Amino acid sequence: MATLIRSLSKCHRFLHYAVPLQVTRGAKTMANVELTLDVKRRIDSTRQQALLGGGQRRIDVQHKKGKLTARERVQLLMDEDSFVEYDMFLEHNCADFGMEKQKYPGDSVVTGRGTINGRTAFVFSQDFTVFGGSLSGAHAKKVCKIMDQAMLVGAPVIGLNDSGGARIQEGVESLAGYADIFQRNVESSGVIPQISMIMGPCAGGAVYSPALTDFTFMVKDTSYLFITGPDVVKSVTNEDVTQEELGGAKTHTSVSGVAHKAFENDVDALLNLREFFSYLPLNNKEPSPIRACDDPWDRLVPGLDTVVPLESTAAYDMHDVITGVIDEQEFFEIMPTYAKNLIVGFARMNGRTVGVVGNQPKVAAGCLDINASVKGARFVRFCDAFNIPIITFVDVPGFLPGTSQEYGGIIRHGAKLLYAFAEATVPKVTVITRKAYGGAYDVMSSKHLRGDVNYAWPTAEVAVMGAKGAVSIIFRGSKNQEDQEAEYVEKFANPFPAAVRGFVDDIIEPQATRMRINKDLSVLADKKLENPWKKHSNMPL
Amino acid sequence: MTSVTPQETVQCDDFHLLNSNHKISQSLIMHSHVRSLDIACYRMFVLIIVPGYTNHSERIHVFYANIDTGNMAASMRLQGCKSSIQEALHQCSKAVAGSHPLLKRTIYTTMKLYDREQYWNDRCKPDEAKFNKVLIANRGEIACRVINTCRRLGIKTVAVHSEADSLAVHTRSADEAICIGPAPSSESYLRMDKILQAIKDTGAEAVHPGYGFLSENTTFAAKLQDMGVAFVGPNSESIKAMGDKIESKRIAEKAGVNLIPGFDGAVRDADHCLELANQIGYPVMIKASAGGGGKGMRIARDDQEARTSFRLCTEEAKSSFGDDRMLIEKFIENPRHIEIQVLCDKHGNSLYLHERECSIQRRNQKVIEEAPSTFLDEETRKAMGDQACRLANAVGYDSAGTVEFLVDKNKNFYFLEMNTRLQVEHPITEMITGVDIVHQMLRVAKGHSLLHKQENIPIEGWAIECRVYAEDPFKNFGMPSIGRLSRYVEPLHIENTRCDSGIMEGSEISIYYDPMICKLVTYGKNRNLAMETMIKSLDSYVIKGVTHNIPLLRDILTEKRFVSGDISTNYLPEVFPDGFKGKQLTVRENQELAAMACAIYLKDEDRASNFINMKGSHIPITPKTKWTLNVMIGKARYEAQVSKGADGLKVTVGDNNFDVKGNLSFASPLIDLSINGEQRLLQVQTRTGGGKYDLRFFGTVYPVQVLSERAYSLSQHMLEKKQVDTSALVMAPMPGVLKSVSVVAGDLVAEHQEVCVLEAMKMQNSLVSAKVAKVKKVHFKTGDTVNEGDVIVELE
Repeated sequence: MATLIRSLSKCHRFLHYAVPLQVTRGAKTMANVELTLDVKRRIDSTRQQALLGGGQRRIDVQHKKGKLTARERVQLLMDEDSFVEYDMFLEHNCADFGMEKQKYPGDSVVTGRGTINGRTAFVFSQDFTVFGGSLSGAHAKKVCKIMDQAMLVGAPVIGLNDSGGARIQEGVESLAGYADIFQRNVESSGVIPQISMIMGPCAGGAVYSPALTDFTFMVKDTSYLFITGPDVVKSVTNEDVTQEELGGAKTHTSVSGVAHKAFENDVDALLNLREFFSYLPLNNKEPSPIRACDDPWDRLVPGLDTVVPLESTAAYDMHDVITGVIDEQEFFEIMPTYAKNLIVGFARMNGRTVGVVGNQPKVAAGCLDINASVKGARFVRFCDAFNIPIITFVDVPGFLPGTSQEYGGIIRHGAKLLYAFAEATVPKVTVITRKAYGGAYDVMSSKHLRGDVNYAWPTAEVAVMGAKGAVSIIFRGSKNQEDQEAEYVEKFANPFPAAVRGFVDDIIEPQATRMRINKDLSVLADKKLENPWKKHSNMPL
Repeated sequence: MTSVTPQETVQCDDFHLLNSNHKISQSLIMHSHVRSLDIACYRMFVLIIVPGYTNHSERIHVFYANIDTGNMAASMRLQGCKSSIQEALHQCSKAVAGSHPLLKRTIYTTMKLYDREQYWNDRCKPDEAKFNKVLIANRGEIACRVINTCRRLGIKTVAVHSEADSLAVHTRSADEAICIGPAPSSESYLRMDKILQAIKDTGAEAVHPGYGFLSENTTFAAKLQDMGVAFVGPNSESIKAMGDKIESKRIAEKAGVNLIPGFDGAVRDADHCLELANQIGYPVMIKASAGGGGKGMRIARDDQEARTSFRLCTEEAKSSFGDDRMLIEKFIENPRHIEIQVLCDKHGNSLYLHERECSIQRRNQKVIEEAPSTFLDEETRKAMGDQACRLANAVGYDSAGTVEFLVDKNKNFYFLEMNTRLQVEHPITEMITGVDIVHQMLRVAKGHSLLHKQENIPIEGWAIECRVYAEDPFKNFGMPSIGRLSRYVEPLHIENTRCDSGIMEGSEISIYYDPMICKLVTYGKNRNLAMETMIKSLDSYVIKGVTHNIPLLRDILTEKRFVSGDISTNYLPEVFPDGFKGKQLTVRENQELAAMACAIYLKDEDRASNFINMKGSHIPITPKTKWTLNVMIGKARYEAQVSKGADGLKVTVGDNNFDVKGNLSFASPLIDLSINGEQRLLQVQTRTGGGKYDLRFFGTVYPVQVLSERAYSLSQHMLEKKQVDTSALVMAPMPGVLKSVSVVAGDLVAEHQEVCVLEAMKMQNSLVSAKVAKVKKVHFKTGDTVNEGDVIVELE
């Protein structure tokens, strides 16, 4: 028992009170002592019960599936000994279907706060061993409590989702709980970062909480997200589909774009989540975090001089440009397997977190399509909301033409990216590495959308369209189109037309890109720009 | 830079004085092979130092210009060179003091071996005539090598290049560059007409052909002669005489050179090949008459092998040289490959520059060379040298050349062939003799006579060359790989190290050309010192973006047989009978790696919470000083007890204690630590998060994960991921072109049956099925280009 108390007190320092033991003779006093001791024993045993969640048997089952328990997850995510748990004694109050006999202290979620690399984060971790992690009124109350407190102090909320869904026995109580969480998700949006890590099932209405948060990550093979499971799908639409195909990590990170990244397993996911967390400011009032950096800010990158192929139609990997410029080649890519024609992710420049957006010439020539626009827009808006400067690398031949894009609403979706860049007031540095054609040029953080510093590499071509297309319009029906094409190339396939108009601030040597951006960011750190007052903007959703 | 001794000061008129930094850097890039430049301002002039300046700067460019210092922050701080820059600045300011303020100069310094110039024994008359302009009909490292000597001598250079090489180092380093066609060498570097036109257009007085391409092409040499342009190489008659293996043997025989028993003439066909093989007795060697570099060359031990070898060699010879005549000869078991460098002039003088030991080969291509050989005694050396000179004299040879010999265990040597060109591995000879072979070739081509006598050619010290290739040593000791060098730092900061390369960070290793990255050459007063330096250089060599063979090279350097000098051309298959599997670490080495991984992890952890602009908590946190960590190296687990010492970490792994010290920084992949006072170099190849690192240690990359106690115990619950079965797939082991596909969907194939032939880097690779199965689908057809990992044939 002594060891148990010690171990408990280690985890729950703040709740541990030393019990004064006084040896007295009076019977009344004795009874009091007995009572006090009894309470103490009850506290200890309840606490012990809470720590075991749904019991050892269910914990073993959880482990057998390759999943960690709710508490293990929290411990791994948070700095050692930093987790402070809330509401360990809270229980559900359902009295139907024999539920009154099945009570677990803390119910089906572990909530609290702790630090990740020394910075505060609030966390809730759904406990699958208790009623399958289902959401009861009590569960929702616990989650809401930490969300409220996170808002009060301005710290991010991380949700570790592993829940079978609503507590059906509780009925509408459970639904109300979901809605309470949704409301808070929305209110917190743009104030504190909210991250969801899907580590088990997450189905039905429950999926909307992750969907409302800023980032949704998943664990490969053990997590699922769907509105309706395969059984319902089968009975309604007669489609045969497995859980994995319908809502597994692969589906959501490469097909639907619901999730932002997937990790190998629980341990990998949580350790990487710690890493991801270090890029984020704690709230919208804080500046973009700066971490100690060994990489010289003025490092020249000679490799960038040869990254753009001489043939203007040849592909290259924009990752080479990004990793060359950023600190220590360390890039935390968001949605790396979805809409690969646009790269987005977090990096550091001289230690400061920046958001990087880049067209990927290697995939679909780097053109913008519906998925890429939506992916980019959401990322840019996150950066803008949390004071993270945006660096944009442009090599875009335009928007993807075709009926599927037009019918799909590329106009509406493309406008989102345009909107996001135009609305953003954070420092914006843009580098045109090669093509910047047509409307896509405007969209990609151009000078006209309040880009703070816009550079062109010597290989940049800013034009309405490629030479061939342009010539066929300008000189419609003309015979010597080849000469005219050459003339057009001579005139527009270089950075001068944009530079003489001031649409790019300078033409820079690729190898100096890192140095120049770092200098700019250092000045732009004091940038002050506000959009006109409005209740909220009306972006084309 | 210990001292800047301007060996030769040259005024380069083609450097236009520019008044903006942007343009200077651009002009530098265009006109010199600045890999990463260090620009510093000193009063009114700018000093641009080319890397390697810590010990042996190649060049220093001094620009006099009033430059806005605010615009000049482009200084790249390389590790540990601050004081050298200061000194260089000081030296330079002295060297140029008193000159006209608008004059610009390039001061060349050559590298140093210990305390003397690397070409200490190079000779020329001070006022002798030189070529004004030399065109280099080659690419890559050898073009750069020739350009370097030309620059040192003040000879203008012209590079020719393919479209793919427009931004290549050799193109940028030359004074002029001419594009001669598309990427494939048959459309560019082998296009005689284009090169001849380039010579006319630029007015080059001489052509250095390097090696490969047109270096041994008699037509080319003859055409140049007609144009009155000097060919920096032997006369076309001697190329012709030595280029043909049958002809060369006849001449050698006449000159009294030892020969291998074999058939005197070309093999007619497969049957004839069998007949001859039986006459000579197995094993026999079948090789292309026009061959070289190991292409079109195979060994047969019985009739069946003889037949297949003959077929494959013929095909390879046809595609590589356009000449499918085949030779056959006795195959000498376990021979050493030792060659003699000769140097001759047009006045009948000939010298030998001693031997090079080139026995470490894979598939008849050299991997590691050294000079001198541990095997030769003075007597054998002299006998070989004399025979080599005799042969050279017999054909009227008048340039640098190499006579290759096979040497058996009784020190009998047999003439193999003569290479009538500058050999790839010539640097090791230069290092032990102090002669600049390229310079002597240029002198001889200009008509000067050699100024050395045989007694002026010493053997001083020891030199080793490792050929660093972009290839995967785990597959058949080296399968070509391609890619972009995303990170590339040559170990030029190490003394007595020479890197002959033609690439830089950002360069592309393509399927079109030889996949050699660099010739890494180290020098020492003796073999051990040269090996020590080589090990350090290999460990410090940063190459990211392509797979390379450093793991193999590094392992050979410490392998018992190599260290003792007991080598033969069968060295690799004998030492690694099951193929190269990477360096096998001992228990203690694994523990060392674990200890260093802990240091890296803790540095990472420490930095992860080192935020500069975040408000902290008011509750004081006592920093941790003791950790229990679990290091996973592959699947093996090492538990480490770590505690913080005064100036480093104390790590206990197993029964061993390690004191790990050193400055850790993730800015450079290279990490220099000391373990119990001994230096250990390791590289962080990738850092994937969650305590996962790929660490390069002793050459080989090991996947390492460092986990805290808690993370380790929790990771025990994680399930193993299922591996995808690849036995049903025939995948391209490297990028290349499909020469033939011999199956169609529905065919039944046997185990190990050839399903297609992939040609890559001019080598034909037969790809076989891994099991008995029916062909499900064929994804590519003959002539298609495939990438590494592409599924060519799918089995059921």
